[in-house]
Amino acid sequence: MPTNVAVKSAGRHAGPNGVVLHPEKSFQDLILTLQTFWADQGCVILQPYDMEVGAGTFHPATALRALGPKPWNAAYVQPSRRPTDGRYGENPNRLQHYYQLQVIMKPTPADIQDLYLESLRRIGLSPETHDIRFVEDDWESPTLGAWGLGWEVWCDGMEVSQFTYFQQVGGFDCDVVSAEITYGLERLAMYVQGVDRVYDLSFNGRSDARRLSYGDIFLQAEQEYSRFNFEYADTELLQQHFKDAEKECQALLKQGESDTCHEMALPAYDQCIKASHVFNLLDARGVISVTERQSYILRVREMAKACCAAWLKTEGGGA
Amino acid sequence: MPELLLELFSEEIPACLQARAADDLRRLVSDGLKARGLEVGEAESFATPQRLALVIDDVPAKSPAVSEERKGPRVGAPEAAVKGFLKAAGLAALSEADVVKDEKKGDYYVARTKKPGSKAAEIIAEVVTETVGQFPWPKSMRFNRPLDNGSELRWIRPLHSIVCLLGGKVVPFEIAGIKSGKTTSGHRFLGNERFAVKDFVDYEKQLKKHKVILDTARRAEIIADEARALAKNAKLALVEDEALLAENAGLTEWPVVLMGAFDKSFLKVPAECLITSMKTHQKCFSLREPRSKKLANKFLLVSNLKTKDGGKKIVAGNEKVIAARLDDAKFFWEQDLKHPLDEMANALDRITFHEKLGSQKQRVERIADLAFQIGGSVDADKEYARRAAQLCKADLVSGMVGEFPELQGLMGRYYAEAAGTKPDIARAIELHYKPKGPTDTVPKEDEGDAVAIAVALADKLDTLVGFWAIGEKPTGSGDPYQLRRAALGVIRLVLENDLRLQIGSITTAGFEQIRVPDVPKSAQESTTYKLTGQSTELRVMRDFGDEGRQIDDRAIDLLAFFADRLKVHLREKGARHDLIDAVFSLGGQDDLALIVKRVDALGEFLQTDDGANLLTGVKRAQNILSIEEKKDKVSYAGTYEVALLKDKEELALAAAIESVRQDTEAAIEVENFAGAMRALAELRAPVDAFFDHVTVNVDDSKLRENRLRMLSEIRAATLTVADFTKISG
Repeated sequence: MPTNVAVKSAGRHAGPNGVVLHPEKSFQDLILTLQTFWADQGCVILQPYDMEVGAGTFHPATALRALGPKPWNAAYVQPSRRPTDGRYGENPNRLQHYYQLQVIMKPTPADIQDLYLESLRRIGLSPETHDIRFVEDDWESPTLGAWGLGWEVWCDGMEVSQFTYFQQVGGFDCDVVSAEITYGLERLAMYVQGVDRVYDLSFNGRSDARRLSYGDIFLQAEQEYSRFNFEYADTELLQQHFKDAEKECQALLKQGESDTCHEMALPAYDQCIKASHVFNLLDARGVISVTERQSYILRVREMAKACCAAWLKTEGGGA
Repeated sequence: MPELLLELFSEEIPACLQARAADDLRRLVSDGLKARGLEVGEAESFATPQRLALVIDDVPAKSPAVSEERKGPRVGAPEAAVKGFLKAAGLAALSEADVVKDEKKGDYYVARTKKPGSKAAEIIAEVVTETVGQFPWPKSMRFNRPLDNGSELRWIRPLHSIVCLLGGKVVPFEIAGIKSGKTTSGHRFLGNERFAVKDFVDYEKQLKKHKVILDTARRAEIIADEARALAKNAKLALVEDEALLAENAGLTEWPVVLMGAFDKSFLKVPAECLITSMKTHQKCFSLREPRSKKLANKFLLVSNLKTKDGGKKIVAGNEKVIAARLDDAKFFWEQDLKHPLDEMANALDRITFHEKLGSQKQRVERIADLAFQIGGSVDADKEYARRAAQLCKADLVSGMVGEFPELQGLMGRYYAEAAGTKPDIARAIELHYKPKGPTDTVPKEDEGDAVAIAVALADKLDTLVGFWAIGEKPTGSGDPYQLRRAALGVIRLVLENDLRLQIGSITTAGFEQIRVPDVPKSAQESTTYKLTGQSTELRVMRDFGDEGRQIDDRAIDLLAFFADRLKVHLREKGARHDLIDAVFSLGGQDDLALIVKRVDALGEFLQTDDGANLLTGVKRAQNILSIEEKKDKVSYAGTYEVALLKDKEELALAAAIESVRQDTEAAIEVENFAGAMRALAELRAPVDAFFDHVTVNVDDSKLRENRLRMLSEIRAATLTVADFTKISG
């Protein structure tokens, strides 16, 4: 497919106000470069959702906006929390809190693959010198009741993104198919910066006294949250939180419902997000048995499905 | 005649689906064209990550004309009927229809229309549109391409363009907004411009110019050649892997093999773990030292392009990823070694085997008991067998097997060896999954693997008993727990080691160990394999065999399943299934090795003159008996009265039956089946003579009854060996 995006050399793009960005030298410049690129493609640049989520997909800007007929193009960074992946700051790659950059385009542009490849060029990964491959990886989220077909994108053998064409969310067919691209930012930055340990990433690209590494900012947090996730989170309290969120979700869904529309789909969905994170924490605490696990997943999915049904009765959902 | 060239260009097709898709495309289009009367020539299809292509030779210009006849109403029928007929037949007036004379029912109209053939291009457009619209992808997606009929076009990934040329000319059609044409695209990065093609030869040539090797086999060949050459250059040997080769051929359009290295310290981890990690996660080939066969700290990756820097960046990137992957493997290995195997085995209580059959821990306890019991029959140390069974599933909770399930068993062996466990036990842990399929090898007693055999049998028998106990038996449509494979495994373990096992007794012991919660009645009743009347109550015991053994009713049902699998297995080896029936219907047969010996001896006996004639004799006796018993509504089973014997042939037969019965029983007693058959052969001449000279249905009713009883004794005498009435021919 011919690309309609001009090919430029990597790493020297003028950002907003003519600022020169160095995605190969700084974590924040990597983010800014990608955001600028997707803004140029007509995506609104959103800010992270202000709740704990396991992946950028949970952001209502993806999970809910993927449903319904309305066009929607957005990009945002989403901090993602995976309590079980915590390693007390001792593993060079694994984090219980990391960043994803999420792009959703609905309807999916015909040249979305080329757009994506161009975004890689912008951060210094040229497909002419690197081995970029689209390797089958069908995506499914049991808690969201969602699935799609796509790939994991490999750059020289490393998975740098997930690329998915959404088919269903919350058990509902996506009327208009959207493309979702998720960049694992730390991993990508480690690759372009040539760093083997995530904490050694340069965050701001400076070499003077104001330089800050990823570790300067997040190492302490990784240690503290690993303790919390694995050892100290009050499991009884968490179990109560799960029940509360489920109850509130159901209550809001019921009270916001009328024959023609729904007036509280978003607050209800927040409760679903909350329950999902609480479940992840309980999982990290190791108090969920195999059979219980299945039932928790099912309960979150039921919430997600009901929220999606409510969303489809709102203006945003195209009702 | 002209050639048809078709290409469906899409985003990346999963490697594992390409071959099947290319085949489906060839079949569906060729069959579709033929079904519409277009007798086309040879067809060949191809797949690369971005395209499916098809070339068909010798496409005729059009399909032949067809004459159609449509029967109409009778002459003088009401106007409405005539009108309807004209409309349906496409005629303007009745004068265009013929009149057929029919004196009985009255003359009637017939429309004879000649349907001209269709042009090849039209047929092709129709067939391709239909094929694309109904393509049998195992999983497909929508991508905002509405079809005329209101549904949406589905493809494996978004479909972008279609080349369709007949004799160099575009066959025009449009599918969901995609117009057929003559242009395509090459390699995603090296040939990413659109170009027009003329025919297949030009297509393949231009693709090559645009860095695409169309033929998957050719790409695989390039990868294999380059890989071997690189290995040879480095004085190493390639760890060959056909599946990995095929996968890489499906992931590349322009394969280039490159060599990378990893830190030698990883070589402390078992080679299989490193090979599996590199293969599963990174699709990389491993290399060995040619002499020592030890794994080398090098690997081969298959990239999709030749770069100006000779692949330096690509290798560097892959080395990083491989290092991280191997680091994971090393981490798992080292972590796992910190936990004794017994500790892992205890952790199995956290893993559910099946909700109705409890945890893996409970299962292991059952297997251990069975292995101990079987150990005695296979000349294994019974305590070793029990111990090996207790440890055999422990590695399921290890980090390594969690990551690479295909290493189960092998890791258990490594961990056992690392802990200084007895070699027999360690080997048994690895081998107890065997045979994993019909082509897998079987552990052998004479190779010192008796312990492994005991555990392998116990594992499979417990699986069968467990699922039988909860009513989860294989059905015609499904075998989700692979019980057929388990049964075949037992059969092969027994036969290939010539083991003597009373499966019925062993599985009865197994059934007794299992505590099953409520089994729904429907599940119990869905018995697929029945030998005897199945009771719906659990734990019904039956007398079994001559030794008066007590066998669980469910074990008898399970034996019937074994009989069924044994038939399949022996049939593949050329044995007659009716002979297996003839042996099984003796009843009390649960020793697979003995059954097979009997079947073999029986087969050989029937090849002989004596055998074939005796079979005829026994069947004749049975036929007469059946008829007379039906007529008289009584059974003539039982002994005859010696005093009533009259004719000399009758007396001779009686004497022969007595001696043959004694001889065969004596031979069977020592499992000398050939001897039993030879003894049986002695019956042939007296039986023949009896039928030649003695009339059974005489007027004297006492005499007749006695002779009928004698016939039943002929059959009874042969029943020590097999049920001859079940043998065909």
